Amino acid sequence: MLIQDGIPTREDIQSVTPPAHRLAQGAVAIAECFQKIPCNPCAKACVKKAIRVEPDINATPKVDFDICNGCGACVARCPGLAIFVVDMTYSGGEALVKLPFEFLPVPQEGQLACGLSRSGEELGWFPVVKAVSGGKRNMTCTISLAVPKELAMEVRNIKVGGYRDGR
Amino acid sequence: MIREVEILVAGGGPAGLCAAAAAASLGAKVLLCERSDVPGGQLVKQTHKFFGSEKQYAGDRGIHIGRTLADAAVNHPNIEILTDAAVLGIYEDGVVTVLYKNQHLKIRPKRTIVATGAAEKFLAFPNNDLPGIYGAGAVQTLMNVHGVKPAERVLMVGAGNIGLIVSYQLLQAGVEVAGVIEAAPRIGGYLVHASKLRRAGVPIRTGYTIKEAYGNGKLEGAVICRLDENWKPVPGTEEDIRCDTICLAVGLTPLAELCWQAGCQMAFIRELSGHVPVVDGNLETSIPGLYAAGDISGIEEASAAMVEGRLAGYAAAGSLGYEPQKAGELRQGAAEELAELRSGPAGARIMAGLEKAAALLAARKGGAGPC
Repeated sequence: MLIQDGIPTREDIQSVTPPAHRLAQGAVAIAECFQKIPCNPCAKACVKKAIRVEPDINATPKVDFDICNGCGACVARCPGLAIFVVDMTYSGGEALVKLPFEFLPVPQEGQLACGLSRSGEELGWFPVVKAVSGGKRNMTCTISLAVPKELAMEVRNIKVGGYRDGR
Repeated sequence: MIREVEILVAGGGPAGLCAAAAAASLGAKVLLCERSDVPGGQLVKQTHKFFGSEKQYAGDRGIHIGRTLADAAVNHPNIEILTDAAVLGIYEDGVVTVLYKNQHLKIRPKRTIVATGAAEKFLAFPNNDLPGIYGAGAVQTLMNVHGVKPAERVLMVGAGNIGLIVSYQLLQAGVEVAGVIEAAPRIGGYLVHASKLRRAGVPIRTGYTIKEAYGNGKLEGAVICRLDENWKPVPGTEEDIRCDTICLAVGLTPLAELCWQAGCQMAFIRELSGHVPVVDGNLETSIPGLYAAGDISGIEEASAAMVEGRLAGYAAAGSLGYEPQKAGELRQGAAEELAELRSGPAGARIMAGLEKAAALLAARKGGAGPC
């Protein structure tokens, strides 16, 4: 259970997952933020105002999946590193997962990184499609990883270092 | 020679720097004394992003917030900052003494804002004096301020925000974290911190405590064990964790010595994490003109400390006649910001503590002073 071991349950995840028809339409943000804490930078980060923290700053964020276009601006801005973008339309068999990353070295585009689950288990080696720096002040990188579609809701981190070249 | 100043701020952390800036913005002259060689308090090692709202620099990293606040204070013509300046005492005639670069200064401020913060608690267990056992904050300083890799493999004791954050920063520094253990049945820190640690492969085990440490001349490992619902060790659940470092992140306690010595009304309030000065809505203690802001009056997040600092700064400057109406409005704005930060479940504990403090204050104002 999340409050005991830090791992969100299936029910926790389901409660913030976009419906299947929305996932099928393309990239969308998923805020895996389950605790009421005073925090709202995600709402400020979204230029489309698709993320709302209401009625007050202690509410958990709600993503309006009809407005969100999965741009990923919120991914590197969330102080809790709790927002991910999933694009189920990336390719025939693969989904794209955008995740926040704050370790060195950062993998390079085209390398393979070992994907990790919410409990840190290794799920396989996946191509890094993009690695975007967060800039000097933010400093959080956004890694785009192409994963098999069935792992799109499982891969939430990458293992630091040991990146491999090629597919 | 006694130096006269308008407002003296003791402590250059988030509360002290914000108090100085707030008072100076209304025209008051401020002298800020900071014990360390740089202003910023604990922000200088907080490499993670802060929560809260824009008004408390949410989304910015603590190190950057510290620099922003320190630069603003350093560059303000109304603020003088002394570093390497530890406030030693507040006397009944209003004189404050300061140890500044081996000189003994005597200062007579019209108003004093004490923003001395807090200190880490320790934990009793066999062999807790072995080299390799640290407060988590000390390890964070070694690593993030001095650039020293503090360990190879760490056991973190305590899953509050400090335990979780320092564990994550140890991973960032290339240190292995064997696990985080927490005696309580629940994780005390923010769950987003716990989740990012967990998905990096670090186990977090609630309901566990440290039974003993061991090692020949230096730490080599620890025995941990499970606790039952009455917090008693469960026999047969012992596990050996090899590690060269144990970090204790078992809470903070307010650094309130200056308020004790000044003779402020003090109270032990569990929810505020120890003995604290009892303050009113302006954060003024029972000694007129003496204010307390930040962790000294209750352990909270740095975001709250910044707002408390501002509130005390506005109140102190307003009471000296600096734009009293504007000061009152700004003070009110800060009070509302604090109320919003504390309004959710994460603020329930501090709110319960503040209610107890308010009851003590009402008793004092009613003439039944428990002091």
